[in-house]
Formats: sequence, C-alpha cells, structure tokens
Amino acid sequence: MRIVMELTLGGWIMLNIKIIDYGIGNLLSVIRAFEYLDVRAELAKVPEELKYADAIILPGVGAFEKGMQGLVNSGFYETIIEYAKKGLPIMGICLGMQMLMDESYEFGVHKGLGLIPGKVVPIQSTTIDGEQHKIPHIGWNELILPEQKVEEWDKTILSGLTQRNSVYFIHSYTAMPIESRYRLADTLYGGRRLSAVIRNGNIYGCQFHPEKSGQVGIDILSNFINIAKK
Amino acid sequence: MKNIRVIARLDIKAPNVVKGIHLEGLRKIGNPNELALRYYEQGADEIIYMDIVASLYNRNSLEDIVRDTTRDIFIPITVAGGIRSVEDARNLLNAGADKIAINTAAIKDPNIIREISQTFGSQCMVISIEAKKQGDKKWEVYYDNGRERTGIDVIEWVKKAYELGAGEVLLTSIDKEGTKKGFDIELVKAVSEAVPIPVIASGGLGKKEDFSKVVYEGQADAVAIGSVLHYNQMTIQDIKQDAYSNGINIRRMDYA
Repeated sequence: MRIVMELTLGGWIMLNIKIIDYGIGNLLSVIRAFEYLDVRAELAKVPEELKYADAIILPGVGAFEKGMQGLVNSGFYETIIEYAKKGLPIMGICLGMQMLMDESYEFGVHKGLGLIPGKVVPIQSTTIDGEQHKIPHIGWNELILPEQKVEEWDKTILSGLTQRNSVYFIHSYTAMPIESRYRLADTLYGGRRLSAVIRNGNIYGCQFHPEKSGQVGIDILSNFINIAKK
Repeated sequence: MKNIRVIARLDIKAPNVVKGIHLEGLRKIGNPNELALRYYEQGADEIIYMDIVASLYNRNSLEDIVRDTTRDIFIPITVAGGIRSVEDARNLLNAGADKIAINTAAIKDPNIIREISQTFGSQCMVISIEAKKQGDKKWEVYYDNGRERTGIDVIEWVKKAYELGAGEVLLTSIDKEGTKKGFDIELVKAVSEAVPIPVIASGGLGKKEDFSKVVYEGQADAVAIGSVLHYNQMTIQDIKQDAYSNGINIRRMDYA
C-alpha cells in the first residue's frame, strides 16, 4: 500500500498550480474552483513563473487566432511546449483545449501548440438528420465514451465519473484529433459526436468548462490535482 | 431533443433578494448568496442576478454579490440590471459573471449590443426584454422594470438585437411576472420563432405543468424561475422531475 503524504499549510494543499494569464478572459472562476478544493492556484503572467509549477492550466475564451497571438506575444508559447515535453500535467479549457491542437480553421488557418495531433474545425450547422441547429453549442450536455473506446476513464481526469454525467459547454468550433486514441470522452450535439475531453499522456483538454460544471466539474479538477501530486 | 435549462432568477435590491408581482410591490426574500447556493444544490443549471433598481438609481451593486457567489457555486452566472457600457460588462465578467444581460441601455443606444458581443463574444451578450401585451399577438417593449414604455414592438426589437449580435434572449412577461399564473405562451412562441438564438422564458411559473407547457408550446430553450422557489412552494428537483417525466431532456443530478 502506498501512503500519500499530503503537505498542507494553513489548510491549503501545498501544490504549485499555475493558471496561464495571457490577457484574455475571466480567470476568477477557475481560481475559485481550485480554492474550493483547498488548492491555491495562482496566475502566471510571465513564462518564468511556470518554472516550478506542478501543473498548469491553459484557459481561454474567444477567437483562436487572438488566443495564439496572446500566447506568442507573452512568451508562453515555447514555455508551454517545453513544459509538456517534460511530461508534466497540463489542462486546456475551452479555447485552451483547442490551442493544444496542431491548427485551427477558425477565420483562416492558424497554427496551434501542436501538443495533440489534429485540427479544430467549425461545428456542423445541421443535425445528423439534416436540420439546422443552434451554433454555438451552449448548455449542459452528457459525457460519453468515444466510438472506439481505447481506454478507461479510470486513472484519468474522468476517474470516478460515469457516462451521462453532464458538463457545461459553450463553443462554436470543435477539436478533431487525428487518432481516436487521443479522445477520452465525447458528447452528442444534434446526433453528431464532438470531442469533449482529449488526452495525450499528461496533456488534457476539456472543451467544456469544469469550473462551471457543478460537482462533476469539481470532481474533474480534483482528479487533475491528484495527477499533479504524483 | 435539446437540453432545456432550468434557471433560478434572483431579483436584487442590494443587499437583498426581493420579489414583487408584475415587477412591483417588492418584498424582501433573503441573502443572494445563500439563496443561490440553495438553488445550486437543488440542481439549478444557471443563476440570473437581476439588479432591479440599478437603472433607476444609475448604479451597479452586483459586482460584490457575483464575486462572493463564485466561492461555492460552479454554474454559469448571468448578470442583468444597470449595465451601461463595455467597461461595466468587463468588471462584472472579471468578478465571475459568464453572461451580461442588457435592457435599458440597449433601448437607449442599440450599439451597446454590438460593442459587447464584439468585445466578449455573442455568447456573452443576452438581450433582456420586458414585454407587455398590447392586443392580439402584439407586445410592447418596456424598461426600468416595467415602469417605462417605448412604443417599440417586441418582435421587431428582438430581431434587431439578434442582428446586432445578441446571443440569447431573456424574455420577461410583465403581465405574468410574479403572478404564478403560467407563462405568456404566445409571447414566448412568437419570440422563439422570430430569432434563431436561445430564448429564456421568465415570469409566471406557478405549477409544475407550466414548465412543460412553455417548452412544448412556447418552444422555450430555458426557463427562469423565481417566486415558487423563493416561497418554498417547490424545488428545482420537483420541476425537473416533472419535466423529465413529460419527456423533456434536462440535466440530471442522479447519475453521479
């Protein structure tokens, strides 16, 4: 039996989780979700602050091109790639997940971080029955296993979850990894599969917002914390 | 079928949640954060904070309430009332809000719809409409919580707001608001058919059946509920259970 020693200080779990702050979006909700789990996640405004991080969060809202420009201009681009090469845990959220991919077709073709092979494309405007449906895909939707189930959720950020647990999505584009082995969970929108959680080793991407997905989202972040402790 | 969202609507007259009838005769209900937490635990899919005196007194008191809410509530938060600029919106988003609903400021200058949707994305820009029936299938846009009329037709207005970049509609029926006598189904249907963005029906839920009716007949994408929750007449579980048994897709909590 392995005994995990948990170091705490003033009630906080001693873990160095950094949220990349490259000038976009509301990051308070992400900070608060970690606080709720007794982890003090701090904003990193310059790449040097990632040096001793046990894990990093790459958040994001808005357009892909603008997000990537933000990463490049702030100098995070290379640092994130170096960090990933060391096998340390990364979680991309929403646009942050899409930026993990090779490239995006949102308003032209734009290069991503290339940490998970594949591309980002628009969600199809029709359902599987050919009817128009609403884009963006906004609201709660269920996590399901990918078509070709390649791995169990156990020991991943989805550990302990069951199919049909719902999480909160808000997006118009969707990440399509080149191989199904990078897909950990999908969701159905208009009868079509969209990737919900992607994974390449310790690099995870969530298309939904775990910090806005109730207890299920909190459980996902808690699993990520456990991965960061190792 | 799409998932229908159940939204708890909390009208705020800082520092309290209040509730009136037809947006008038306000009664104090309780502490915003305590109520929001109760509804979150009951399974609310979103929270709406509506500062109902903000535009009257030209002030914005919701930032602190939103910031406190993000400590223990992890669902999307929409903030409405007294937001007059991109800067106001930015401050609320930085305080933890996910969406901004605009009413009075958009009537005074519709360009704010475009500015907010271009700055933060249309998913963030909710057009809040207070509608009062004027005759057969005709509704007029009001503002300042039903105090002021505009002479603008609701259907014309929602189409314009959509074209300017609104990503969602918060539709309050002044006639039904706070009455617990059911939704103005015709109004919800007319708006849902006029624009391709989600419509939140607000005002009138009194019986569990009202929910299914506004979804099936009114084509609502989401339903905002206030009075019956505040007065403990039913819980969000009760409403969701009934909706589910009527074949409506909702987020269930019991898979966890």
